[in-house]
Amino acid sequence: MTAVIQARGLGKKYGQRWALSECTLDIPAGRVVGLVGPNGAGKTTLLNLAVGQMQPTAGSIEVLGGRPASGPEQLAKVGYVAQDAPTYAGLSVGEHLRLGARLNPRWDDAVARERIGRLGLEPGHRAGKLSGGQRAQLALTLGIAKRPELLILDEPVAALDPLARREFLQGLMEAVAEHSLSVVLSSHLVSDLERTCDYLIVLVESRVQVAGDVDDLLATHHRLTGPRKDTLPQDQHVVSESHTDRQSTYVVRTDGRIHDPAWTVGQLGLEDLVLAYMTPAPSRPTLEAIR
Amino acid sequence: MIWLTLRQFRVQAAAVFGGLAVLGVFLAATGPGLADDYGRGLASCTAQHNCDQFGSRFFSEHWGNYGVLVAIIIALPGLIGVFWGAPLITRELETGTHRLVWNQSITRTRWLAVKLGLVGLSAMVAAGIAVLALSWWADPLDKAGVSEQPRITPLLFGAHGVVPIGYAGLAFVLGVTAGVLTRRTLPAMAITLAVFAAVQVVTPLWIRPHLVPPKSATVTITQQNLSQMTLDNGADVMEVQTSAAPGAWTIENRTVDASGHEAALPPSLMNGACAPAPPEAGHEPPPGPPEKCFTEIARLGFKQKVVYQPADRFWLLQWAETGLFAVLALGLSGLCFYWTRRRLS
Repeated sequence: MTAVIQARGLGKKYGQRWALSECTLDIPAGRVVGLVGPNGAGKTTLLNLAVGQMQPTAGSIEVLGGRPASGPEQLAKVGYVAQDAPTYAGLSVGEHLRLGARLNPRWDDAVARERIGRLGLEPGHRAGKLSGGQRAQLALTLGIAKRPELLILDEPVAALDPLARREFLQGLMEAVAEHSLSVVLSSHLVSDLERTCDYLIVLVESRVQVAGDVDDLLATHHRLTGPRKDTLPQDQHVVSESHTDRQSTYVVRTDGRIHDPAWTVGQLGLEDLVLAYMTPAPSRPTLEAIR
Repeated sequence: MIWLTLRQFRVQAAAVFGGLAVLGVFLAATGPGLADDYGRGLASCTAQHNCDQFGSRFFSEHWGNYGVLVAIIIALPGLIGVFWGAPLITRELETGTHRLVWNQSITRTRWLAVKLGLVGLSAMVAAGIAVLALSWWADPLDKAGVSEQPRITPLLFGAHGVVPIGYAGLAFVLGVTAGVLTRRTLPAMAITLAVFAAVQVVTPLWIRPHLVPPKSATVTITQQNLSQMTLDNGADVMEVQTSAAPGAWTIENRTVDASGHEAALPPSLMNGACAPAPPEAGHEPPPGPPEKCFTEIARLGFKQKVVYQPADRFWLLQWAETGLFAVLALGLSGLCFYWTRRRLS
């Protein structure tokens, strides 16, 4: 399995603050990868490092086997729809396509025209006059018609209303099916990613908490509910815990089955799984010390 | 990339080149008349042997228009720096479009090279056209004003020859550099304006005089070389200035004593040898001090020391200054490339 993004101890520091630290990742090819985490977790930083928009402070990152933005060939292989889908307000839709055609050797004009036509965008309209959803679609069109091997999208639907959100993600999935793209998209909402992604990375407080195939993640995470208990057997990796006076709820990651009859074992949805990583138990260090 | 650069640049380009076209129409409409007037005046003054007076009269009659045109040429590079240079990169950074364009299949280096090259070249072409048109129009005035205001003197020097092209290139790159460093348009514009204005003041005061070592001469003060004599009875001060050479730029002009040290003329001269002749009824007063004034100054051992750049060094100084600006502009361009590749995101 070849990696589209391979990071080793990757870190980025702004002044005194690490926006991303000790990030080691192998993202396989041919997947639609969701990068999820709260605002300010370092998602944009990771994506910016992957497209070479900025340079890492520590560690290394390789994208499709090359250093990000190291040359025109590397740039041609990676498409990027940046946060807020920037477009030139003064340029028309048609001029954006012309820009794409002039700056990208692999530009697929037929795909671009077809998409613009299907979306009902007038080539003569200025990008500054488009709605947020239309602008995002225009930016996506530029990213797709560039014919990259990997398309990276940073919070592409954050500013869109639910309908535009669905249309955007549908358009993205069609392109993935048609051009066999690898995709990495970030969001702070799991619901955006649930229907599109088959691989998930959870990033919290500048660190990767968990990364893996969505089906594997769902199969190995369990919610345990039972009478109050402050510790669990040693082979259980506790993701989060919460307690009331009488009852304890744990989210654990384990490959084995859970046999203890004291616990009621429940399955987790993707959203619950991500939330469990976003709100780790405050007492977890002590627990680990006991282990 | 060329297409995109031109597309983004077209409004600003239209504003400046449109302004230059208006200027061109004015110059074309008034230029031939000016040349004719000068030619006729010259013919009649040659017949009457009073061409010196004609020259300075003709120059001061038209100085109003000429001054405004010179001011435009001097201001043009600054405007280019502020409105073409400063926003070149900051506009992309402020609207986030750098994240769009840097992720097309083109490196930042090439992106910046095309932008700097095309717009910088346009800046130099704009300045070149302007200075060429002005030089054509003002040719009679430059001839008439050769003793009043030679073109090597600071004000006119900056609006002639190749120097304005160098200024335009430097101002543009300065604007881009300020933009790359501050990342915001308005501060970049303000910095560009302030720094470039400082360059325009500092250059003629402290840099241009020394680009080529100036000539120096200590001369006897005579009726012929005297350009100005001030008698101030109230302050008890008497001063003289001499003209160094025809059409020269005088940098220093001071009276020295017999040993060569800077000295003041004795005020007693004002009421003695150099006292103006009493007005006689029915006669024009004589134009200058009496001849015995000069004899007396010479007898006391006073001379005039002048440091100057002679008129024939005009082009030497023009190329030297343009070369200096070219080096500065290249240095700043290098900084822009480094900063854009390494520090911007």
